[in-house]
Amino acid sequence: MRVPYFPGCSLKDFADNFEKSAFASASVLGVELVELPEWYCCGVVAPLEEDELIRKVAPARNFLRTKELGGNKLVTLCSMCYNTLKLTNLYMKKNPDKLERINSFMDEEENYDGTVEVIHFLELLRDIVGFEKMREKVKKPLKGLKVAPYYGCLLLRPKEVAIDSLEKPTVMEDLLKSLGAEIVNSPLKKTCCGSYQVINNKEVASKLVYKIITAVTKRGGEAVVTSCPLCHYNLDSLQKDLSDKYPGYKEVPVFYFTQLMALAFGLEEEVLGLEKHEVNPLNLLKSKGLI
Amino acid sequence: MRVGVFVCHCGRNIAGTLNIEKIKEEVAKHSGVVHVEDYIFMCSDPGQKLIRDRIKEKNLDAVVVSACSPSLHEKTFRNNAASVGLNPYKVEIANIREWASWPHEGKPEEATEKAIKIIKATVEKVKSNIPLEPLSVPVTRKVLVIGGGIAGIQASLDIANAGLEVYLVEKKPSIGGKMAQFSETFPTLDCPQCIETPKMTEVANHPNIHLYAYSEVVDVSGFVGNFKVKVKRKATYVDWNKCTGCSECAKVCPVKVSSEYDVGVSQRKAIYIMFPQAVPNKATIDPEHCLRLVYGKGCGLCAKTCPAGAINFEQKEKIEEIDVGAIIVATGFDVMDPSLLTEYGGGKYKDVISALQFERILAPSGPTGGKVVRPSDGKEPKTVVFVQCAGSRDPEHYMPYCSKVCCMYTAKQALLYKHAVPNGHAYVFYIDVRTDGKGYEEFYERVLREAEATYLRGKVAEIYKEDGKLKVLGVDTLTGKGVEINADLVVLATAAVPSEGIKELAKVLRIQTDEYGWLKEAHLKLRPLETATSGIFIAGAAQFIRDITDTVSHASGAAAKALSLLSRNRIEREPLVAEVNEEICSGCGNCVEACTYQAIKIDPETNIAKINTALCEGCGACQASCPSAAIQLTNSYKKQLFEMISILAKE
Repeated sequence: MRVPYFPGCSLKDFADNFEKSAFASASVLGVELVELPEWYCCGVVAPLEEDELIRKVAPARNFLRTKELGGNKLVTLCSMCYNTLKLTNLYMKKNPDKLERINSFMDEEENYDGTVEVIHFLELLRDIVGFEKMREKVKKPLKGLKVAPYYGCLLLRPKEVAIDSLEKPTVMEDLLKSLGAEIVNSPLKKTCCGSYQVINNKEVASKLVYKIITAVTKRGGEAVVTSCPLCHYNLDSLQKDLSDKYPGYKEVPVFYFTQLMALAFGLEEEVLGLEKHEVNPLNLLKSKGLI
Repeated sequence: MRVGVFVCHCGRNIAGTLNIEKIKEEVAKHSGVVHVEDYIFMCSDPGQKLIRDRIKEKNLDAVVVSACSPSLHEKTFRNNAASVGLNPYKVEIANIREWASWPHEGKPEEATEKAIKIIKATVEKVKSNIPLEPLSVPVTRKVLVIGGGIAGIQASLDIANAGLEVYLVEKKPSIGGKMAQFSETFPTLDCPQCIETPKMTEVANHPNIHLYAYSEVVDVSGFVGNFKVKVKRKATYVDWNKCTGCSECAKVCPVKVSSEYDVGVSQRKAIYIMFPQAVPNKATIDPEHCLRLVYGKGCGLCAKTCPAGAINFEQKEKIEEIDVGAIIVATGFDVMDPSLLTEYGGGKYKDVISALQFERILAPSGPTGGKVVRPSDGKEPKTVVFVQCAGSRDPEHYMPYCSKVCCMYTAKQALLYKHAVPNGHAYVFYIDVRTDGKGYEEFYERVLREAEATYLRGKVAEIYKEDGKLKVLGVDTLTGKGVEINADLVVLATAAVPSEGIKELAKVLRIQTDEYGWLKEAHLKLRPLETATSGIFIAGAAQFIRDITDTVSHASGAAAKALSLLSRNRIEREPLVAEVNEEICSGCGNCVEACTYQAIKIDPETNIAKINTALCEGCGACQASCPSAAIQLTNSYKKQLFEMISILAKE
């Protein structure tokens, strides 16, 4: 199965190990993620501004590239890209007059007709591949690894783009169970990670990370699993300072879900890029006999 | 044919968008129109007089009033014309407000064009209208009231006191409804035991009221003034003529079941009296839990104990038929199940309870005798968090509407809690505090002073258990800060929702519900007590959640409606009913299927559709379903409709 794929900036830079592990795991499942031949920044939040149609041109071009690849589904790995592209696409579908104007900004292009569907890689795994099939491909079950899924906000809100129940999501739990991991349910799995506050108000993000991680350790969690590169960045990198600030603080490694897939599928350790982690996950994985 | 057209401005509602002069000019050219005139408010006294004068002066034999929806003033204008001798069915309404000026506010020219077409089409229709006389039918001067809460009680008493017979049907073993479950009521802190139970007793003893407790309405046929109702009287397995309500049976019964009356806060037995003040004060056996009834043998302790020999395990349910002229639906409301609110740990944590459960805990007559303790361990909660709008005003997850009563009862509960636990502290999360009633704002101010509760403007995001406490994560939007409270007990003001089974009952009654299941009124502003089915009225929270004061007023209103309907021995009905052309009808039966009022039958001998005009509501569903146009609605004949369409569809 070939599916058009939109990487976005994170997956080509600090989070390239998530892309590598996603590509490798996907091929185990018979899925080829085909990167758009030419792609443009998802726009982050700029395209969501309703009165500035010009900012929706970049997403529209991404959808045109998708159609050129012969697909009508576009897969993202980054939650931010997912949220922005999905909302922009819905806006264009719901407002044909606005779509017409957006098309008029791109006179060198074909017209975009609103027929592409944006999905997150988690949805592809759940709805198209199926977790049962994933279970069959597991070579090294993550037995005894106590993981706490962490969703953040972008995959669940607003409701019209939610990939799962807003209040009681289960997609990551189900995925991780199929890999053989033990689930630790943290009540703060949807609490904000601090997002971009990490740049100009690090203190805010740092406090949130402390709460999120201690809620996990209190419940016996040994690792946190995210579905968003930004959540991962905050949860992983901000833990370093916490040990100094809070005596007795226990660091917890943070994984991206595709890393654990690759691990469970028995793939080469290189694709995980574990050396990029701030909180070293090697001891934990060794103690469970996973590496 | 001499048609007069009267164009209403409706203040700015119509004239603000439509070009009245242009309308008059165009309509005057239409064949048959001999007079066109406009006025600012045609429904007002001078407006109506204007129409009457012109009918006489211009010798008009048909009138089109171009104004608002016919559901509003058709009757007004028809009666007006009739008073000067014009047959009322020679008056039609052209709805240029809801169909033209309102929906096309920004496009005055197109809207005017549309209005002209609507008026011309209506002129065409009225030209072919046949003058009609109303149908007259006899009535049964008795009323069925469904639901024995405070609304049903009030409506029943009002009607019975006026001298008419009432059948009051309640599905539970006792009347009293939600009000009987409350501790004390805002804003006066009267206890329902003091103000409702006397009314319950009055119902039981009233010579004009037949009380059918533990019964359900299963079938309704007939029509306004002449309903035939089947009531299922469920088996109680206790002969209520013998039962004295001594409760000895419940003492010996070995089976404990979660109490519905105490909303799960306590347990009752498999044979039980709902509560000590129940009316009727009779025991009922719950067949789902009684050992004898489940296994068909054994136990029978209650039968051995009963001093009156009232227990009868062989009792069967009965269907009784009653004739009534009017029906009042007073089925009330329910509260949303807190376990739906997973983000608040509803259904997961024992100490996250609904406000109705807290009422039982606060009630002096409740399972704890009014001692405030939490369900998990029976300890006195020192920190209580009240969450308002739990499931209300939340279009993304649950109900978009405001549940109306929660602000007031939460304030009351905070006060009662403070009285019971003086060293405890209450926090209240709210979006807005709505105190729109007589004495309500003053009561709220009193609570702020006396209860020393901390009111926090914001929503709660999440509630979970940590270190033995309920951690409440919320936000105070006035300071812009997140709030964390470690609570002993959380009380959710869960949304009010339509009562269970209301949709099924609505089907039986052939009345409508709205998208949530609240009963639909004939007109929200002008006919809030009536349903679209004539002779069926709504009382109380079945229409929409309302407090006790409003419920009692609403119920008395519904009673007055029923009384006015039944004040005469005969009533008049609209003659706009279906007719069958026997030459064309092939007896296919499509119309029988289409009719929701069961007004059509195929005559087995002639194989031709026959209309019961007393049942027909003139909706036209049969006409649309008939493949050969054999069935048509009086004054909505095919010829008329096609003439109208050809005008409306003209480019």
